[in-house]
Amino acid sequence: MTGDLRDGRIVIVGASLAGLRAAETLREEGFTGSLTVVGDEPYPPYDRPPLSKQVLLGQVAADTTGLPMRRNPDAEWRLGVRASGLDGIGKRVMLADGESLPFDRLLIATGTRARPWPNPDEAALDGVFTLRTRDDAAGLAERLAAGPQRVLVIGGGFTGSEIASACRERGIEVTLAERGPAPLVGALGGTLSKLAAAMHRNHGVDLRCGVTVTALRGDSGGRFTGAELSDGSRVEADVCVVALGAVRNVEWLAEAGLAAGPRGVTCDAGCRAFDMYGIVTDDVFVAGDVSRFPHPLFDYQLLSLEHWGNAVAQAEVAAHNMVNRGPLRRPHLALPTFWSTQFGLNIKSVGVPTFSDHVAIAQGSLEERRLAMVYGYRGRVTAAVTVDMAKSLEYYRHLIETAAPFPPAPGAADRPMAAEIPVPSDVPDPKGLSHGPTVALTGHLPDRRLTVIQPSG
Amino acid sequence: MRIVVDLTRCQGYAQCVFLAPKVFQLHGEEGLLYSPAVPDDQLERVREATAACPVQAILLGEEVSPDDR
Repeated sequence: MTGDLRDGRIVIVGASLAGLRAAETLREEGFTGSLTVVGDEPYPPYDRPPLSKQVLLGQVAADTTGLPMRRNPDAEWRLGVRASGLDGIGKRVMLADGESLPFDRLLIATGTRARPWPNPDEAALDGVFTLRTRDDAAGLAERLAAGPQRVLVIGGGFTGSEIASACRERGIEVTLAERGPAPLVGALGGTLSKLAAAMHRNHGVDLRCGVTVTALRGDSGGRFTGAELSDGSRVEADVCVVALGAVRNVEWLAEAGLAAGPRGVTCDAGCRAFDMYGIVTDDVFVAGDVSRFPHPLFDYQLLSLEHWGNAVAQAEVAAHNMVNRGPLRRPHLALPTFWSTQFGLNIKSVGVPTFSDHVAIAQGSLEERRLAMVYGYRGRVTAAVTVDMAKSLEYYRHLIETAAPFPPAPGAADRPMAAEIPVPSDVPDPKGLSHGPTVALTGHLPDRRLTVIQPSG
Repeated sequence: MRIVVDLTRCQGYAQCVFLAPKVFQLHGEEGLLYSPAVPDDQLERVREATAACPVQAILLGEEVSPDDR
């Protein structure tokens, strides 16, 4: 029965990390049919995490982060052309150049793009950037190398914080404006956001929290010159980076009849897309940042993730399920994991820190800037974040996977007193933040378009 | 040749930093930064680093070239 699934036509829309790993896995799993990968950028698959780190530091060029292949997927690469529509009945992907590609099975891996500055005229000023693509990074790195007077970063999420860190490391003055009370608060909660704020200030970032940027200003030549803030102050700067989070690339699916919305394309645990009536399809699959999938450890709520590791793991499961039937299919159950390097600290996360009511520092301390913070929800461990303690993370992963009680029992030799005293996790409502969440629990219904907020405390 | 390090898996053992310091550097105590494009004269060292990584987080390979399918 599986023989015919190993043949036929598979189209992958999205030529980044998830698209590449899915293409390789299809061949590993014995798919011998025709394989086409469509990508809107003109470049072969490249790695994005270095773009906000090594590339902005000037250590590597933006055009050198091409991803290595595990094996050649023997695919036809349609690069530099955008998918513009999907005909689910006729089983064709429409391309912006007018052509259409017939398929037997489709993988949607179109990912996200940077959320643009809302005012298009201000966003078009020379010196205003977003950071998502290789071209974005090349342009921004060039400006940083030219030695600007001051860089304004709007948004204190992971990307905004990494950009501010890179600027300071290069000796460039930087102002970071965040609407929330501290950087990273939407991802890590109250306690670690205070550590993040201290790291920004210790490294000389002019950190402005609790403010919004109300307007970007330019001179008569169309060059960015500064911004107005909601507290009435003005920031003079010659470069601005808008780091307001990501937008899912789902517009091309507007007429496709799928459960696609601002939080992504909803799929089941086997990466099969739901249609708009909540009925699962069997020929359209989803993987990577554009997907929204149920997770048993988080009350089967649908998760939207912007994580490198999830793109890889989910692409592998989706590809496996595209060429296998029934009981041979696998669920995508990987725990969310994430890392960020900023201000010389290595921050790693496992689980969903925002799915929490209390936290406890289980190892290390804020003073040492080396710690393991455990997150609990209704008495069980749901996440852990380490700062310069990556080797400990595996232990906490196990606690999450086994729904271990929170606060965790004594185990580590360097257990501080703080481990006995859980404090509220202080996860704020994302509506009050400049930076979009990189992990979002989005409720149970495939067609639901709202974010569900977990009450804290 | 290109490399990518699965930094979800990396635990900062820094074996790669010792074996190929021109390609891999630590940033702070355990954050790893690396050059994705491997210069030819570093290839042997990067192969050793790939083999030595205790958590097998380094992938070395060719990048996609869209024209030769």
